[in-house]
Amino acid sequence: MQKEYDVIVVGAGPGGSTAARFAAMGGAKTLLIEKRQEIGTHVRCGEGLAKGLLDMAEIPVDRNWIACEVDGARIISPGGMKFEVDEAKAGNETGYVIERDLFDRALAKLAGEAGADIKVKTSALGIWKENGKIVGLHLISNGEKHDVRCKIIIGADGYESQVGRWAGIDTTIADSDIMTCVQYRLTNIQIDSKYTEFYAGSCAPGGYIWVFPKNENTANVGIGLGAHIVKHGGEPKEYLDRWIAKQPGMKNAVQLDMVAGGCSINAPLDSVVCDHVMLVGDAARMIDPMTGGGIAHACMSGMQAGKVAADAIKAKDYSKQFFQTYEKAWRGKIEEKLFRNWMATEKVQKLSDETFDKLIGLLAEVGMENISVFNILKAIKDRYPELVKEFEDLL
Amino acid sequence: MPVENVNKCLHCGLCVGSCPNNAIFLNEVRLEFNEDCTECGLCSRICPVGALTPGGK
Repeated sequence: MQKEYDVIVVGAGPGGSTAARFAAMGGAKTLLIEKRQEIGTHVRCGEGLAKGLLDMAEIPVDRNWIACEVDGARIISPGGMKFEVDEAKAGNETGYVIERDLFDRALAKLAGEAGADIKVKTSALGIWKENGKIVGLHLISNGEKHDVRCKIIIGADGYESQVGRWAGIDTTIADSDIMTCVQYRLTNIQIDSKYTEFYAGSCAPGGYIWVFPKNENTANVGIGLGAHIVKHGGEPKEYLDRWIAKQPGMKNAVQLDMVAGGCSINAPLDSVVCDHVMLVGDAARMIDPMTGGGIAHACMSGMQAGKVAADAIKAKDYSKQFFQTYEKAWRGKIEEKLFRNWMATEKVQKLSDETFDKLIGLLAEVGMENISVFNILKAIKDRYPELVKEFEDLL
Repeated sequence: MPVENVNKCLHCGLCVGSCPNNAIFLNEVRLEFNEDCTECGLCSRICPVGALTPGGK
């Protein structure tokens, strides 16, 4: 292993690979490390991805990683009211169900082609400091320890990020900002492969159940529950099992895999950088609190961080101050949306099944030209002003 | 400190990223808990598959 790089990116998910790609493209000597032996596996993801959001990070669409193209999303209330959001009207909030392992590998390939070195089976053990200053990373690669110098560390190490904590960036979140999730890939089931489906209400307190089609009889069927609501370990799995048992179309379901995971649904963090360090994607807690979607934000922030890292190398300035360009770039794209959706999610988590029926019924009835949290709230205000009182500060 | 049931744990990292004290570390095959654990019980309660039992040593 080489002893020195300009930039080391920790984690070869979508955010890390995109960061490495743009850092390398900008001329920085870049290393991308992945703790697992295989980039992309195991898949820990619902695999839903908005089409238009890919453009934000200049990611070329590749048929190889598209499992299923959907016409839209369907939100289903406890009483069976259905609200369909068509792709064209969704502000690009629906689109593909992807093969995450192939997607991640395609993005890593782009990073490699741009000139980044990639090392798999390589983990960061800690940040290397000299006289209190960050000078590199302690790595372990295929069982061998290496100290590697670098000027910039990009933390793309996901929900369980250590880089941020080691660097002293506060990424702590309250349990009310955590979703606890479990998902099965089920086959031999009856589904509508033209829609992603979201089931709201008491089937998934504080969250929702999703059915994302992979093909005509296979889907990712998962659940996220508000971590402040669950009472004991294993509850997400229990809720999901109960719900699946009640679905007539899933009587003959066969389980192909099971994954679990954490998902942050917090308001944007105050800071995701410090001297020598930038965080991207899930590690920077950038998941959309309303949808739970993280891929597009990871790619976008990865691109911005990669570009700023390359600029910083040229300018020989690796300070928190210099990295404000990155802060401004990602916040300009998504901060307002994250904040609004976080506020809205807090309220939606408290709605009763009856209220969900009312609201989803209303939305189905009035339809909508441009779907956004804002427009949805406006529609509700016209019909059920008493419900919107709670949401008034969002309007 | 919590006890991991290795036969249930999916190594998803939820507890690692949620621990307010950064006392849990996921080394590919199993979880490690360090001295910063205050036995707050959060990880056991929110584990999606019930793989953590509070209060071991």
